[in-house]
Amino acid sequence: MFTIFGVPSGALFGQLLIGLINGSFYALLSLGLAVIFGMLNIINFTHGAQYMLGALAAYLLLQFAGIGYWPSLVIAPLVVGALGIVIERCFLQWLYKLDHLYGLLLTFGIALIIEGVGRHYLGTAGLPYTLPDSLQGGHNLGFMYLPNYRAWVIAASLTICLGTWLLIERTRIGAYLRAATENPTLVRAFGINVPRLITLTYGFGVALAAFAGVMAAPIYNVSPNMGSELIIVVFAVVVIGGMGSILGAIVTGFALGVIEGLTKVFFPEASNTVIFVIMAIVLLVRPAGLFGRRT
Amino acid sequence: MMERVVDPLTQKRSLWRQQSETIAFIVMVTALVVAPFITYPLFVMQALCFALFACAFNLLIGYVGLLSFGHALYFGWASYLAAHAAKVWGLTPELAILTGTAVAAALGIVAGALAIRRQGIYFAMITLALAQMGYFMALRLKFTGGEDGIQSVPRGYLFGLIDLRNETTMYVVVLALFLAGFFLIHRIIHSPFGEVLKAIRENETRAISLGYKTDRYKLLAFVLSASLAGLAGSTKAILLSIASLTDVNWPMSGEVVLMSLVGGLGTIFGPVVGSFIILAMQYKLAFLGEWVLVIQGVIFVACVLLFRRGIVGEIAHRLRIRL
Repeated sequence: MFTIFGVPSGALFGQLLIGLINGSFYALLSLGLAVIFGMLNIINFTHGAQYMLGALAAYLLLQFAGIGYWPSLVIAPLVVGALGIVIERCFLQWLYKLDHLYGLLLTFGIALIIEGVGRHYLGTAGLPYTLPDSLQGGHNLGFMYLPNYRAWVIAASLTICLGTWLLIERTRIGAYLRAATENPTLVRAFGINVPRLITLTYGFGVALAAFAGVMAAPIYNVSPNMGSELIIVVFAVVVIGGMGSILGAIVTGFALGVIEGLTKVFFPEASNTVIFVIMAIVLLVRPAGLFGRRT
Repeated sequence: MMERVVDPLTQKRSLWRQQSETIAFIVMVTALVVAPFITYPLFVMQALCFALFACAFNLLIGYVGLLSFGHALYFGWASYLAAHAAKVWGLTPELAILTGTAVAAALGIVAGALAIRRQGIYFAMITLALAQMGYFMALRLKFTGGEDGIQSVPRGYLFGLIDLRNETTMYVVVLALFLAGFFLIHRIIHSPFGEVLKAIRENETRAISLGYKTDRYKLLAFVLSASLAGLAGSTKAILLSIASLTDVNWPMSGEVVLMSLVGGLGTIFGPVVGSFIILAMQYKLAFLGEWVLVIQGVIFVACVLLFRRGIVGEIAHRLRIRL
């Protein structure tokens, strides 16, 4: 055990790891927000609630159907994503011609509904989700102890983030998506079903949130409030990164998670607020965000 | 973002339009004078604090087109400071309220200067994030009392003379403060300054090209709104003798949006009506527990999808008047 800047290395690397884990969730969630905003021009306030629903779905699958972690990782995002598609078809599609702010208000209302129902049936205490056996344990890396599950979360999150980036930037469907973001009318004229593309995009963004939720379930407890606390921080991440760039959202998410983790080591009082402080500084220096385009 | 309440036809009937606001104002004041005899005075006073809060919020969304999703910051912090000033520093209630309001104004300058650097949806996210930062600070700092808040704040003696423990006296003070704030907002909206704000709401680029420094107008409007929200928060702290985390947390920011939305964004009387309705609902339905949150969510969804003008906005639209 050695020390860095007067801090024991174990504590430092431990917090760095926690920072990377938090960063994984920031990246996944802000990525989903950015994808949705690009197509729908709506800031999805329900994102936090959908993240919570993902965790909850995993919990319920395990408790009542005996379905374990691995199948849940696929089933929960599909179910919650399908729910997202229902929300888009029933509510959001009527708002595209209105001011963006109505989308924010509507999704905020849906978030309240989901959270209220959750609190009624689950209380606010939080339910524990047991780790799958295959991911128990960990490795001693010499300078720190690395639990297997945490390593898996970071790896999975990175894979999904980069996969999404490839999907949008390097595939045909991604090209349609980017084209429809730029000019939906023209893309429709080419015979592409843009409304369906919009619906699927929303479902995909929501599924990303639910996927993050399933991965979060074994780390944090499953509680109805887990989303609303996180989503505000993710909003700050989105303001810092700007929503213009997919890669920007991913990088910003991970970077801020790490910075938050380091703050916990060197200046613990500020660990809750450091992201907001960074947001304020970025607004002063680069109002459009680090990766944003000036509008 | 608001749909125009007034259509061009009514321009010719400006006399009737002027009167419609005056009539509504007289009705409101009469109702507020009679109200404490009909229902619980404490409820009406609390609703008046929220009404002022909602009016302050509505000044931004309704007349400048800026959606602040973090108005709990000014409401909550003002209430903390007013409570602290009255309890620990032993200031008289009017000075305590002034302290709270001044703090809200100062926070408004800082948060406003940051938030107006971005438009639209980002503005809402920035104000929300900054308010959350204020919440975390309230949670950490010693003087706010953490989870307990600041309790048993003395109502004290107004100007050192008038005992505010008397409910009637307190009612008169709260009503006077509300009407002062309401009147100020009315003056702001109808001043040349207010006309520029509305121009910014309709088309900011054009307002800039006409030579207005829109950032200054937006910042001043933001600070005014924050201060009035602070006035409401301070008054509430003195009235209920408590300042707590509830006042500074994000659901409070959502609640004030809901109140204004239900009453009618961009109407002068809408937020007042909305806050009485929402507060009455919370009282009457308190036994439902967490379902209140669900009901609030449903109201949000219903208002956005079906009822964007709100109650007062709808009445004004039907009667082709301005309220």
